[in-house]
Amino acid sequence: MLNFHDLLPYTGQFVMGLLTTVELTLLSTVIGLMFGAALAASRQYGPGWLVAFVAIYVELIRNTPFIVQLFFVFFGLPAFGIKLSAWEAGLLALILNLAAYSTEIIRSGLAATPIGQWEAGKVLGLSFSQTFFRVVLTPAIEKIYPALTSQCIIVMLGSAVLSQISVQDLTYAANLVQSRNFRSFESYLVTAALYLLLAIAMRKVFDLIGQRLFSYRSST
Amino acid sequence: MIEFTTYDIVRNLLLSTRWTILLSLIAFAGGISVALLLTAARLTRNPVLSRLIRAYVQLFQGTPLLMQMFLCFFGLSMIGIEISAWNAAALALTLFTSAFLVEIWRGCIDTLPKGQWEASRCLGLSFVQTLWHIILPQAIKVALAPSIGFSVQVIKGTALASVIGFVELTKAGTMLNNATFEPFKVFAFVALIYFALCYPLSWYSKTLEKKFYVARKH
Repeated sequence: MLNFHDLLPYTGQFVMGLLTTVELTLLSTVIGLMFGAALAASRQYGPGWLVAFVAIYVELIRNTPFIVQLFFVFFGLPAFGIKLSAWEAGLLALILNLAAYSTEIIRSGLAATPIGQWEAGKVLGLSFSQTFFRVVLTPAIEKIYPALTSQCIIVMLGSAVLSQISVQDLTYAANLVQSRNFRSFESYLVTAALYLLLAIAMRKVFDLIGQRLFSYRSST
Repeated sequence: MIEFTTYDIVRNLLLSTRWTILLSLIAFAGGISVALLLTAARLTRNPVLSRLIRAYVQLFQGTPLLMQMFLCFFGLSMIGIEISAWNAAALALTLFTSAFLVEIWRGCIDTLPKGQWEASRCLGLSFVQTLWHIILPQAIKVALAPSIGFSVQVIKGTALASVIGFVELTKAGTMLNNATFEPFKVFAFVALIYFALCYPLSWYSKTLEKKFYVARKH
C-alpha cells in the first residue's frame, strides 16, 4: 500500500527539481510575455507581411503539441548548427510556446481598445510608444489578465515534459526517485501535489501583481 | 541497418497517425460522457456535489497531464490491475478532457439568464422539461465552438502518451529519429501532421464563434 516514508531521503531531489521548474517558469513567463506583447502589437498595427508572419507562427505553435516543439528545438536545431543544452532548449521551447499563445490573448485585448484612446494620447502630445505603453497596452492587459494568468500556469504545467530531454526539473526528480526506490505511485502523487501547489501559488502571485498594476480584483 | 527514404519516413508517420486519431476520438467520446454526468450532477445544485466537482476540475487543471498519465499507469498497477500504456493513456485523457469540458459547459450554462429557469417554472414545466426544451438547445449552441476548440487540446494531449510508451505519432517520430538521424526532417513532418489534424478544428471553432457572436448581436 501507500508508503511515503521511502520518499523522505530524496527530499533534496524534489526541492532541486522544484527550484528548476520555478526558475524556468519565471524566465519563460517574463521573456515569453514580452515577446507576446511585441508580436501582438506587430499583428495589430504592423505592415501586411509582418501580420502574415506572426499569424503563421501563432497558428503553427497553437496547433502542434508542446512535446513536438520541444523535440524540434532540441533535436532539430543542431542540424542548423545551433547547439543548445537541454536547459537552454527547454527554456527556448517554453518561450516560443508562451509567446504564441500570449500574442493571441494580448491582441484580443488590443483589438478591444477603442481607437479614441490613440487619438486622446496624440492630443495630449504623447509619442507613439508612450501612447502604446501607457494608454493602450496597460488597459488592454487589464482586460485579458485572467486569461494571461491561466496561460502562464498552463505553460508551467507543460514544462513537466522537459524531463523528456533530461532537464532536471520536478518531473525529472520524480522519475529519478521512483527509479531508485520503486515507489512510482507515491513519487508521482507527491509531485502532482507539488505542481498543484505551484499552480495555486502562481495564481496568487499574479493576483497580487494585478492588484498593484491595475485596480484588478481576483474573481476567486 | 535499414535505409529510410523520405517516403518511408512519411509513410510510417502517417501509419502511426491512425493511433493518434483513435486515441483522440476515444478520449473525446469518453470525456464528453463523463462531463455530461458531471454537468447533470452539478445542475442538481447539491452543495456537496458542486464542491466535489470543483475539486475534480481544479485537480486536473492544476496538475500536468503527464503526471496524470503516470498516476493512471502506476496507480492502477499498484492496486493490482495490470494496465497497458494504451488504456492508461485513454483513461488519463478521458479524465483530463472531462474536467475541462465540465468547466467549459458550466460557463456556457451560466451565461443563460436565470429568468429562463424561473419563466419555465412559472409555465409549469418540470426540471427535466426545462432542461430538455429550454436550457439545452441554447446551451449547446453556446458550447459548440469552445468544445470543438478544446478538441485540439485533446489531440495535442495524445502526444504525451508517447512518454509512457504508447506508439502514436510522436513516439513514431522519436523512433524514426533514432533510426535515421534526421531530426529536423522527422520532427518537421510530425509537426505538420499534427497541424493538419488540428488546424481545421481550430479554424472551424473560430468560424462558429464568429457566427454565433454575429447572431447574438442582431
